[in-house]
Amino acid sequence: MSRRTFVVLAAAIAASAATAQGSYITLASTTSTEQSGLFGHVLPIFTRKTGVEVRVVALGTGQALDLARRGDADVVFVHAKAAEEKFLAEGQGVKRYPVMYNDFVLIGPKRDPARIAGGKDIVEALKKIRSAQAPFVSRGDKSGTHMAELDLWKDAGIELDKAKGPWYRDTGQGMGPALNTASSMNAYLLADRGTWLAFRNRGDLAILVEGDKRLHNQYGVMLVNPDRHPTVKKDLGQAFIDWLVSPDGQKAIADYRIGGEQLFFPNAGQEGA
Amino acid sequence: MHSIAEAATQALGLVAAADPKLVDIVLLSLRVSLAAVLIGCTIGLPLGAAIAVNRFRGRRTLIVILNGLMGLPSVVVGLVVYLLLSRAGPLGAWGILFTPLAMVIAQAILITPTIAALSRQAVSDAWEEYSEQLRSLGETRLGAVTTLLWDLRFSLVTIVLAGFGRAASEVGAVMIVGGNIDGVTRVMTTSIALETSKGDLPLALGLGLILLAVVLGLNAGAYIVKETAQRRYG
Amino acid sequence: MRAAPALLPLALDGVAFDAGARHIIRGISTTLDAGPRTVILGANGAGKSVLLRLCHGLLLPTAGTVRWNAPEAPGGPRQQAMVFQRPVMLRRSALGNVTYALKRNGLPYPERRARALEALRTVGLEAFAGHAARVLSGGEQQRLALARVWALHPQILFLDEPTASLDPGATHEIERVIGALHAAGTKIVMVTHNLGQAHRLADEILFLHDGRLVERAPADRFLKRPASREAAVFLEGELPW
Repeated sequence: MSRRTFVVLAAAIAASAATAQGSYITLASTTSTEQSGLFGHVLPIFTRKTGVEVRVVALGTGQALDLARRGDADVVFVHAKAAEEKFLAEGQGVKRYPVMYNDFVLIGPKRDPARIAGGKDIVEALKKIRSAQAPFVSRGDKSGTHMAELDLWKDAGIELDKAKGPWYRDTGQGMGPALNTASSMNAYLLADRGTWLAFRNRGDLAILVEGDKRLHNQYGVMLVNPDRHPTVKKDLGQAFIDWLVSPDGQKAIADYRIGGEQLFFPNAGQEGA
Repeated sequence: MHSIAEAATQALGLVAAADPKLVDIVLLSLRVSLAAVLIGCTIGLPLGAAIAVNRFRGRRTLIVILNGLMGLPSVVVGLVVYLLLSRAGPLGAWGILFTPLAMVIAQAILITPTIAALSRQAVSDAWEEYSEQLRSLGETRLGAVTTLLWDLRFSLVTIVLAGFGRAASEVGAVMIVGGNIDGVTRVMTTSIALETSKGDLPLALGLGLILLAVVLGLNAGAYIVKETAQRRYG
Repeated sequence: MRAAPALLPLALDGVAFDAGARHIIRGISTTLDAGPRTVILGANGAGKSVLLRLCHGLLLPTAGTVRWNAPEAPGGPRQQAMVFQRPVMLRRSALGNVTYALKRNGLPYPERRARALEALRTVGLEAFAGHAARVLSGGEQQRLALARVWALHPQILFLDEPTASLDPGATHEIERVIGALHAAGTKIVMVTHNLGQAHRLADEILFLHDGRLVERAPADRFLKRPASREAAVFLEGELPW
């Protein structure tokens, strides 16, 4: 290849890597939401309607909010109400809109050493796991799921710092990797139903406890405050939020199913959500 | 063992179907890593050669540092580049976080020390042989750098391939600075990581096999070109 | 290239060279004039190769001066050349190696090719013009080195045992080219172990012993009746060819 051809080819490669960009917003959300497949279903509908691409950066809830605090996202969509309200209190977000909810489920090995299968009381189940010192995998990553888990231990009156032992495995991972770990260890863990339904490496695991009101998992969406971060695309971001809570968006959410089962239940505008 | 067979089947199925998403992901991976290699060579090869033929204070320290940087963890590079490119960071105004360009930059930073360190070694060895004759012919240090880099072009191919291999196989840097955004910054390695965390291990492994095949193919092609040319010029 | 000012005579004044604690050259003062073919003789370790490199500028003396009549213009075309015991060729064709030297000397492209081909013809290598230089035999590569020199038409050529690794046939070829270079006006300064070669090629001999210039004489007289004791011992010990 002549030297000139080489140079031209090289420049073309370099240029193509830095692709030109149409209009888009950056959405910081959680790994569990992405891995449930919801975005793959819902976002194209919005893009078809408005021509605006939604680019999802999926992290744990804590990381997603931190990303927004640095101004690297336009909209955040997470499921940890307390953390979201703190975010608003800091002046980092404009307004919180409830969007949808699903629930957490307690996953565990079918042979169930802690004898909790079929129960409807999550707090009782956790107490039994603790007494049996059965292996339990925690996400440990400041995610919405992790924060919910910590709240439930508190409700059970168990002080994790004291109670922690080799049975409690703090992995610091996203929902999927934590499920992988639980699957290979035959451990219990708290998961959101969406990720569980989409998860393929179940091994010997199954849902053992569900339906407790305390397992309710509420999702909220916020526009990152353009006064704090002038580069935020506030018009496009707000357009996305408006669509998400509109009948159109809510229907798109409700329509998403895996194996015929609905994963998320829209509840925008619900008081106190 | 049987998950590898399952993975191989998945891989063949994906390739046969020429799944457009997969094609996009493979092409993006190649574009990012090749662009990074280009930058890495443009900076690393002359840098390595210049260190080889010049004498200056601190030269040995610089060589040690360069060699050490070959072991830069990719996730550290990703983190540093993220902090630089973040809106809250010094280069935030560029607005290139979560784009392929950010991934190219991170990978280029990752592999340039490797290319420089290895080319420094190759040119040093050659300089032992060539220096008197080249200086006798009146060659300047700068001229020697160019002459030697061209003369060593066959050895350098291997060095360039090493750089490409490192770039194409890393996941830590591109995950952080790219964000693994579907359709925008999702490359082979981050796809594999994603499918693994979704528990779809056969698919992840299948993608891994495809990545391996692509990298091996490129290596084979480069090797053939190198061998035929080398036979002509000794 | 002939338009450049005359480099010679080259004046060495108290030139010394130390490598660490070892004194390799201990105070040599002499002058090399244009014209006679100068051959440097001496036992191993006498400092012949180092002296050559000091003259050519590849090494800097630790004491004393090496002064040319008119210095070369820095960055300009080279008026000196050197041929080493083992030829060093680039990974290019034979022609490419010669044109490389000419390009470095500032010759424009069309002239480079013509001059390089002429040089290859002079040494009898025109059939190998397109061949990879590094796959040529030792003798052919050394001839190529001389072709490179020929193309440059330098005012002075240093040679460091150019035929030590070659068979008699190749040696004869090299000596022929050296003769042609001398006839064309290049000053020859050569180190050799081969007394027969010294006999054939030298006009004058510089005899080094232990880093000092012990004797300097016209070649005939030196080889038949050396004036110094060290030279006599040396000539007796050296093999006759």
